[in-house]
Amino acid sequence: MQKRTREEMAARVARDIPDGSYVNLGIGLPTLVANFLPTDREIVLHSENGILGMGPAPVRGAEDYDLTNASKKPVTALAGAAFFHQADSFAMMRGGHLDICVLGAFQVSEKGDLANWHTGAPDAIPAVGGAMDLAIGAKKTFVMMEHLTKDGQSKLVALCSYPLTGRSCVARVYTDLAVVDIDAEGFSVIEVIPELDFAELVRLSGVALRDARPA
Amino acid sequence: MINKIAPSIESAVADIRDGSTVLVGGFGNAGMPFALIDALIAQGAKDLVIVSNNAGNADHGLAALLKTGRVRKVVCSFPRQVDSWVFDSLYHAGKIELELVPQGNLAERMRAAGAGIGAFFCPTGVGTELAGDRETREINGRMYVLEYPIRGDVALIKAHRADRWGNLVYRKTARNFGPIMAMAAATTIVEVDEVVELGALDPENIVTPGIYVQRVVPMTA
Repeated sequence: MQKRTREEMAARVARDIPDGSYVNLGIGLPTLVANFLPTDREIVLHSENGILGMGPAPVRGAEDYDLTNASKKPVTALAGAAFFHQADSFAMMRGGHLDICVLGAFQVSEKGDLANWHTGAPDAIPAVGGAMDLAIGAKKTFVMMEHLTKDGQSKLVALCSYPLTGRSCVARVYTDLAVVDIDAEGFSVIEVIPELDFAELVRLSGVALRDARPA
Repeated sequence: MINKIAPSIESAVADIRDGSTVLVGGFGNAGMPFALIDALIAQGAKDLVIVSNNAGNADHGLAALLKTGRVRKVVCSFPRQVDSWVFDSLYHAGKIELELVPQGNLAERMRAAGAGIGAFFCPTGVGTELAGDRETREINGRMYVLEYPIRGDVALIKAHRADRWGNLVYRKTARNFGPIMAMAAATTIVEVDEVVELGALDPENIVTPGIYVQRVVPMTA
């Protein structure tokens, strides 16, 4: 079985982003999606520090530290870009104007609960940034994550054990093993990687999965 | 005649009192009012509550202020960063209080203060530990948490250009919290790259109208 690489996961997410969408790509893994957006679609990237129409990193020497992304790295602004302040930026999320956000996660529950901001470790300094606003704000919240933790625990769970970022907010999860929708009945698998059969995916996931793959 | 241009940076921050709540602009270093923070450090006010998106980077700016031990509490969304060692060590030593606020709530709570809103119901953080024990309410089938305004005694922000009435324009993503903090503080002090003649800023493009601004400190000599 060949798990999807990070790049393959990013390309798979990118395929599902329609032409004309306004999209926020969370920090970490989701950032990769930008490299795979189909060039024949016009997709407007939102960065929560105040850009619509964010472009790629500048060429070396052209960095402008007044033009950075949510990871505080220099970026560019495309033709048609707009800058705005923080209240506007988060109004775009909460107000339901943003079509899609793609976030990383520690865990996603069968009710669509998301845990991605804090491990809850007593010594860890908590930091949340825009994660909670994004999770509940976009019209659709996609999660992109490895299916299993490094020690083989499923990140799809019945109930999140990590502190929640948002309740019932995740619509779809893209992992290195499968693509899984979340609806009123729980997890519905719509795609499994080649050479992995459904029963084995269920065994690895340790949660109830419905087979909703097209025949 | 209105002239908000401060005679000096020292005079601009001279009346910041011990115990003040100070709103500090910036998202990381973009929009961080480094000169005003240095002036506040030199001024010596202590027992401060700082409201800012982050809790300082490396050893300059906000981090340098924290290092003086004059900050009692930080209200922010994202303290932990690769270069936030000053905050991290104060926090682990129990020498600084942290109120963690989702970034959009931080912005909206300050906006509410500036707009005269008493409190508002917000969907962010419902069912999470950051909602604390504040009141929740179901409105039209959706759950919300009650959020209160964050008011500043002082805001220290950075803008690109100003005129003597305090009208401001910013530069790219350095705008971030500037316009919101300017509304939310009793005294808003702005460091600017350049002061231009009254009338030189296009009224169509002014981002922060001067009514929200009390003092302007030009960074050009």
